[in-house]
Amino acid sequence: MSGASSDGYATAPSVPRKRSWLKLLSRQRYLIMMVVIFVVWVVIFRYVPLWGWLMAFQEYKPWKPITDQEWVGLKQFSELFRDRDFYRAMRNTLAMSFLGLAIGFPVPIVLALLINELKNQKFKRTVQTISYLPHFVSWVVIASIVFRILSPLGVVNHVLQSLGIIDNPIAFMGEPKYFWWIVVFSDLWKEMGWNSIVYLAAMAGVSPELYEAATIDGAGRFRKMWHITLPGIMPTIIVLLVLSIGNLINIGFERQFLLRTASTRDVADVIDLYILNYGLGTGRFSFGTAAGVFKSAVSLVLLTFANWLSKRTTGYKVI
Amino acid sequence: MVRQSFGDRVFDIVNHLLMLLLIAVTLYPFLHVLALSLNDPMDTIRGGITIWPRKFTLINYKETLNYQQIPWATVITILRTAIGTVTGAIASAVVAYVISRKDFLFRKLVTVMFVITMYVGGGLIPDYMLVRHLGLMNNFWVYILPGLISPFNVIVIRSYIDSSIPEELAESAMVDGANDLVIFWKIVLPLCVPVMAVICLFVAVGHWNSWFDTYLYCSGNPRLTTLQFELQKIMTTAATTSGIDYYSQLDPMRTIKVTPESLRMAMTIIVTLPILFVYPFVQKYFIHGLTIGAVKGS
Repeated sequence: MSGASSDGYATAPSVPRKRSWLKLLSRQRYLIMMVVIFVVWVVIFRYVPLWGWLMAFQEYKPWKPITDQEWVGLKQFSELFRDRDFYRAMRNTLAMSFLGLAIGFPVPIVLALLINELKNQKFKRTVQTISYLPHFVSWVVIASIVFRILSPLGVVNHVLQSLGIIDNPIAFMGEPKYFWWIVVFSDLWKEMGWNSIVYLAAMAGVSPELYEAATIDGAGRFRKMWHITLPGIMPTIIVLLVLSIGNLINIGFERQFLLRTASTRDVADVIDLYILNYGLGTGRFSFGTAAGVFKSAVSLVLLTFANWLSKRTTGYKVI
Repeated sequence: MVRQSFGDRVFDIVNHLLMLLLIAVTLYPFLHVLALSLNDPMDTIRGGITIWPRKFTLINYKETLNYQQIPWATVITILRTAIGTVTGAIASAVVAYVISRKDFLFRKLVTVMFVITMYVGGGLIPDYMLVRHLGLMNNFWVYILPGLISPFNVIVIRSYIDSSIPEELAESAMVDGANDLVIFWKIVLPLCVPVMAVICLFVAVGHWNSWFDTYLYCSGNPRLTTLQFELQKIMTTAATTSGIDYYSQLDPMRTIKVTPESLRMAMTIIVTLPILFVYPFVQKYFIHGLTIGAVKGS
């Protein structure tokens, strides 16, 4: 198999390297033709924007050409670190990503363990199909539903009132203290089924013989889950945990953008919304880019740390 | 067969109850919204609707489908989803095939170039500036071009090719005189149906569900609006204003006969329905197509 990769050289060692390389090049002209347009695409749409990072060190004026901008060094960054709104955005980002990790990470594992214990295949498949469904629905739709469900006349207030937990309906969407929880739990509701797929696939790979042996030894359901299933999917858990840590700061802004109201802005503005508001909203392109570069730097540090952590704990690199 | 112990039976019952609860919690919100969208708007204000309409009507849908830019938004959304899915899926498959060829000269280079973009990107503002410089503002192609290829999809397709299509197949076709383009189109792509079904679903859902690119790049051209963006607009008006204000802002001429709430519910269902229709057909490929890379890795 791997011999095929060196065929060009291996079969004709006496032919000058350059000529055989050219021959290979001409033989692969169709492959090159197929991919070249997409390489151009990736350069334009994914690498050219990286040049835009230079804007973070300039005072970008839209009416001047990009080559003719004034360089200001680290001015944008020092302004950024002096801005109180920036720290607020950092706080909101970290709060929601840590809450999201603490709740959104273990739940799919537990869900997968429970689904895995269902013996009736038909019921199992039904549960899976239904639980994956919200993943495919847009955040706009989810937000629309959340606004309805949590409105003073919505079902949550209705249930809480009829259970006697509260007397008067709560305007959940307008209360800053609920906002982080609403974001985290609506995300959990949307994604927990989908996120359990990976664990279920890993569980399918655990050898049935282990379960049979344990049954003969008299182990019950819980002990099998605890001593066989869980260790069996541990590598998957660790890889995904590491990736989640690497993405702690990349929580996006869609949920916050769509679920916030006028009264919850203080707790809703995450780093990306901050960039959107200051960078594009007020036209301070350089300042917004500086915030973006800072975010990328933190993300890179987290990713490297996570990778190192993975290497320490599992012996292999995720990236 | 060993007789189940008491604890195991209790566990089974509790587990089944939990799963039923999960199904209820997942489906209730959708059924609730569906019921509201099919209920008489004036009757809805009285409250108390659960998952069944009290006074059945289709007026919410009739009004929604004629409301302002909705007809156009439907056309644009369908167009971008169709064009975006076909181009995106094929582009990803081409790149995946080329980097799956172990003898390809620039295999490593091309692979690395795409994989790096999974971890670093320009960010919001540089991307925005690029789109502006390329003249893609208020242009239909801004929906297609910037997000054409997702490296994640490329890797999924490549692991599928690596694991289920023997290299000898391509080699023997080559001996028969087929070039790489023919091999890809006539041999590799047809064998990739299971994985391509999943990728197409992902890409299509992504296109259908996106609203932010409309908000950012095309809000200046009402002819390029999309359904999700229209729903988002209706929601924003609802969140920032209330009661009468909201009603008059949404419909200054007072021409629609339904309440904004009912309009929003009908709209929510309209943008969700197509996904519900496609989903069951592709769902059977999920586990197979999606986890092949993961299973191989472990």
